[in-house]
Amino acid sequence: MINAIWLGMIVIGFGFAAVNGRMDEFTAAVFDGAKNGVTVSFGLISVLVFWLGIMRIAEDAGLLRRIARLLGPLVGFLFPDVPKGHPAIGYILSNMSANLLGLGNAATPMGIKAMQELQTLNPDKYTATPAMCTLLALNTASITLIPTTLIAIRLNYGSTDPAAIVGTTLAATAVATVAAIAADRVCRRLTLLRKPPKPPVIRGGPAAAGNAPLPPTSVKG
Amino acid sequence: MITFIPLYAFARKVPVYESFVEGAKDGFGTAVAIIPHLVGMLVAISVFRASGALDFLMGFIAPALQGFGVPAEVLPLGLLRPLTGTGSLAYTTDLIRVHGPDSLIGMIASTIQGSTDTTLYVLTVYFGAIGIRNGRYALKVGLFSDIVGFIAAIVVCLLVFG
Repeated sequence: MINAIWLGMIVIGFGFAAVNGRMDEFTAAVFDGAKNGVTVSFGLISVLVFWLGIMRIAEDAGLLRRIARLLGPLVGFLFPDVPKGHPAIGYILSNMSANLLGLGNAATPMGIKAMQELQTLNPDKYTATPAMCTLLALNTASITLIPTTLIAIRLNYGSTDPAAIVGTTLAATAVATVAAIAADRVCRRLTLLRKPPKPPVIRGGPAAAGNAPLPPTSVKG
Repeated sequence: MITFIPLYAFARKVPVYESFVEGAKDGFGTAVAIIPHLVGMLVAISVFRASGALDFLMGFIAPALQGFGVPAEVLPLGLLRPLTGTGSLAYTTDLIRVHGPDSLIGMIASTIQGSTDTTLYVLTVYFGAIGIRNGRYALKVGLFSDIVGFIAAIVVCLLVFG
């Protein structure tokens, strides 16, 4: 599906640009998008480095394991195929709590770390496991208790009650989250009923990611 | 959290600084691993917007949903939201600036922005970081929850503020 959407956006974009006589804008948009991709990735470096450092401290102190044990039943329900006490659970919970507090930039590194831990349980490194899909569903539904950024914007434009949207956001977010979990469950069942998916055609080795140590060259650069 | 975690760890005799550096090392590699995924996705989105295709799609959908008493101004937000976080935040800010933060449109826009997420970005970053190529049904579920969140936000706001 992601292949179809990606190709579709580029081909349709090209078609519209040709018809509207916007070929210059089209070319500019390609390089703009590419530049943005690199800028966003590099913008993530500082946040990732900092939060992954803090999270390692929490892990070494046994904090993640304690939280994981405390909230085990909830996670056990959402992620039935992750073994109890697995480090992934601690990161999943940190990711969820950061999302709840509206700390978007702290949620991403923990979500990534959770994904990396789930990847250690994955038999096929190129295909997402059901647990990974559930984690994504929770993140895209974005469980939010306090929409901090929006309250700030509303305050900025002279709202008489900037926090008035907390209740409506909570209601909408709850509906979206329940829908996401339900849809995830349905899809999980359907996938289990079907034959296992064909492995995709892969050129080159696996992406340099996960918990692999950095090659020394990139440290120097 | 920034002070509690290191203090707790220190009390449990963890070498906090060494732990921090050890964990932080992973951050750089992870960010670099995301680059190709993010560049690919952002180029497609950027091209789609710049060519006028997104405007065309919005012009097509807006009148169709206006019949339900939904202000047409918020509809582009539903299309923009899964594609671009900064783009939709800019659009929301503009709606708040033009119509006022306490107007119905302002309220709906704020609620939509708060209750949905940039699904394509989240998917790209999370799966990109671990090299997943077959995301199975994750995208469908994500987009579905965006649609549900969008509709729920409008319905709740119409009930509460309408």
